[in-house]
Amino acid sequence: MSAAFTLAELLIVAASEVWRDNGEVLASGIGVVPRLGASLAKLTHSPELMMTDAEAFLVEEPVPLGARGDYEARFSGYMPFARVFDCVWGGRRHVMIAPIQIDRFGQTNLSAIGDPQRPKVQMLGMRGLPGNSMSHPNSMFVASHSPRMFVAGEVDVVGGVGYNPARWPVGASAAHVDLRHIVTDLCVLDFGGTEHAVRVRSLHPGVTLAQVKSATAFPLQSQATPPSTALPTAEQLAIIRRLDPHNLRAGVIKGNPPGDSTRAPSA
Amino acid sequence: MLDKRLTPSAVISALRDGMTLGIGGWGPRRKPMALVREILRSPLKDLTVVAYGGPDVGMLCAAGKVRKLIYGFVSLDAIPVEPWFRRAREAGAFEARELDEGLLQWGLRAAGMRMPFLPTPVGLASDVMRLNPEFRTVRSPYDDQTLFLAMPALRLDAALIHVDRADRFGNVQTLGPDPYFDEQFARAATHCYASCEELLERLDATHSVHARYNLIERSYISGVVAAPFGAHPTSNPPTYGWDLEHLQAYAALASEADGWESYRAKYLAGAESDYLARMGGAARLTTLALPVF
Repeated sequence: MSAAFTLAELLIVAASEVWRDNGEVLASGIGVVPRLGASLAKLTHSPELMMTDAEAFLVEEPVPLGARGDYEARFSGYMPFARVFDCVWGGRRHVMIAPIQIDRFGQTNLSAIGDPQRPKVQMLGMRGLPGNSMSHPNSMFVASHSPRMFVAGEVDVVGGVGYNPARWPVGASAAHVDLRHIVTDLCVLDFGGTEHAVRVRSLHPGVTLAQVKSATAFPLQSQATPPSTALPTAEQLAIIRRLDPHNLRAGVIKGNPPGDSTRAPSA
Repeated sequence: MLDKRLTPSAVISALRDGMTLGIGGWGPRRKPMALVREILRSPLKDLTVVAYGGPDVGMLCAAGKVRKLIYGFVSLDAIPVEPWFRRAREAGAFEARELDEGLLQWGLRAAGMRMPFLPTPVGLASDVMRLNPEFRTVRSPYDDQTLFLAMPALRLDAALIHVDRADRFGNVQTLGPDPYFDEQFARAATHCYASCEELLERLDATHSVHARYNLIERSYISGVVAAPFGAHPTSNPPTYGWDLEHLQAYAALASEADGWESYRAKYLAGAESDYLARMGGAARLTTLALPVF
């Protein structure tokens, strides 16, 4: 069985699962946990994935995060932003991003809080969310599962599109909308419920279904007893530690708690 | 023979109040900041700015130059939300036209191809439609009859880009690993002006072997401006990285009531040579490390 591990490490392993059996797509993990998840996927179950050096070149060996010391990335191909855009619209990519709000339709917001015309808090902007969500598989990462993240009604600004019939004009095609997993600090969700409803896929050690439901402002579908999220293996932990030599993952979840069932239930 | 060499002030005097201005680069990367600073020192106003925004957009917003902003994001990367852009947006200081990153490029391409629009499914079912109320849809004339967004051309009166080398004919070379969308900005514009690290007589004579680094043919370049370190405080790989210390100081001023006046007085008074001297000159600027992602 595995050695001691942190919750962040458990989440990285859960994140890596979203890229299993995806084929030769560009695996884009935006942020520490998604990027480590994509890198772990490529180094274990899915070596066929494509990945960049986080700038403009493709690599066959995922590059570690942060200052690289003696490590020299070796490039196998070229992937400037213009080609990323082409991969997006061509559908050959699977991205995991960390939105600021998610709703029950899987619609995501990275733009702003409040009225889009006059926001209370301006955030990044749409970035690539409309195109990503329209074109290829998308997954999400949530560092703090709460009703402010998983909102009642709709997100304040719909960047990433989802399964909300009221949003789709007659004649528009949602054929390529493909929302996969949401990895949170409490559980893994997917869109496998009735009419793409959000469903509990697995609970992390020490987390109850009631806890997840009370931290989500919309109804969740679930089995009576959802399975437990897979724990990291010693091999996975060794890879994660090699890919993240500066331990940036320790800063992702408040307090950097352990990932096993000794974790105290959060308030 | 052609001579497109211009001074920064000659570029700015070719611009007019109310123009639509595209700015190349990406976030805090390879922005034509020397030309942006020249705009900040000028009375130019009421601009419509089209950009993958970084401190260029933040500074133009802070100085009250922006009437309308067409953008996919505005970010300093290490400081995720550009604080001056945030401040102006929350104050309702400009008309916001927020787009998907790919749509922005699509609009530039439409302009470059002299099309009124290009179709795409992207934007439908999202708030792109609500934030761009003038957008219209179009139906496929083929059997599928699918509905698309008709992304309107983003025609630019002028575009500003920064390159590594240029010559008097307007040939340019960009050495950075990612061209971003500088080419599309140039093609979408009536006039494109390129600031450059190094202005040479003839690139065919001295840098023939690097012709592959030519992002856009010279017929799209109206003027070239010598501006060593002209992308500062943004990065210009492979030569220099962004100046995080300066970006942090600039960002911190956004939470002060008279922060922009402080910035302007401290950094923009005088000429570009004064600015570079205040930044430590070549001795410091050549040591700015490239960011590691």
